[in-house]
Amino acid sequence: MGLVVAFWILAVVAIIAALAVITLRNVFHAALALVSCFLMVAGLYITLSADFLAAVQILVYVGAISVIIILAIMMTRDVQRGSPANKLQFPAFLVVIVFLVVVVYAVMRTPWPVTGGAPLTPTTGPLALQLFGEGGYILPVEIAAVMILAAIIGAIVIAREK
Amino acid sequence: MSLGLEHYLILAGILFCIGLYGALTKRNAVIVLMCLELMLNAVNITMVAFSRFVVPELLTGQIFAIFIMVVAAAEVAVGLAIILAIYRGMTDIDVTKINLMKW
Repeated sequence: MGLVVAFWILAVVAIIAALAVITLRNVFHAALALVSCFLMVAGLYITLSADFLAAVQILVYVGAISVIIILAIMMTRDVQRGSPANKLQFPAFLVVIVFLVVVVYAVMRTPWPVTGGAPLTPTTGPLALQLFGEGGYILPVEIAAVMILAAIIGAIVIAREK
Repeated sequence: MSLGLEHYLILAGILFCIGLYGALTKRNAVIVLMCLELMLNAVNITMVAFSRFVVPELLTGQIFAIFIMVVAAAEVAVGLAIILAIYRGMTDIDVTKINLMKW
């Protein structure tokens, strides 16, 4: 019961925060709304008993990505005249509504193969075994490391003063 | 009333649509990147929900969510570096005016 109440509170606040991201005039306020949306998503991970992912969500999104975004907002401060919309508002709204209706219809009509098994808690150990253990995802982990390195070097090269 | 897979999928769908609308209509490039992050978060919610309700003992969806987070972090770093480079050259980050690659 507590889980259901928590889910509804987190879901409603997450949607309100997401709407605030696209409606607030001030770019900085929109970034703060985005941070609160990330926090609500971390809470949703906890209701899904994904404790490690909730911690990673707070560290990576609430901690790192929000700081980078706010840094970028500060550095492009001169053009900070709100967040105006372009001319595509009505077609974009139509496309989004159609997409949402299709998604909801598909979700409601599909017979998902849901199993009633109990979730693993805590998930940290099993996740580590899956990522680094025998027959796990060790190759994607290495590729991700190379990709992060390429992204760091690329970001430095692109953003550097000439 | 209990929570099912559908609750999480529809919530993720709504968040994805909000992010998609923002990414399509906003003119500030930083806001567009923020909306991309919203969409990636919505996808992560579906991954974790499928992992919880369909294969609760395998955690495959959570592994996928971790890799999506890695890619999102790399994407936001490179994207904001590109925005800063454009801002230095054009003193503007309006995505409707960034059209130099046409020539």
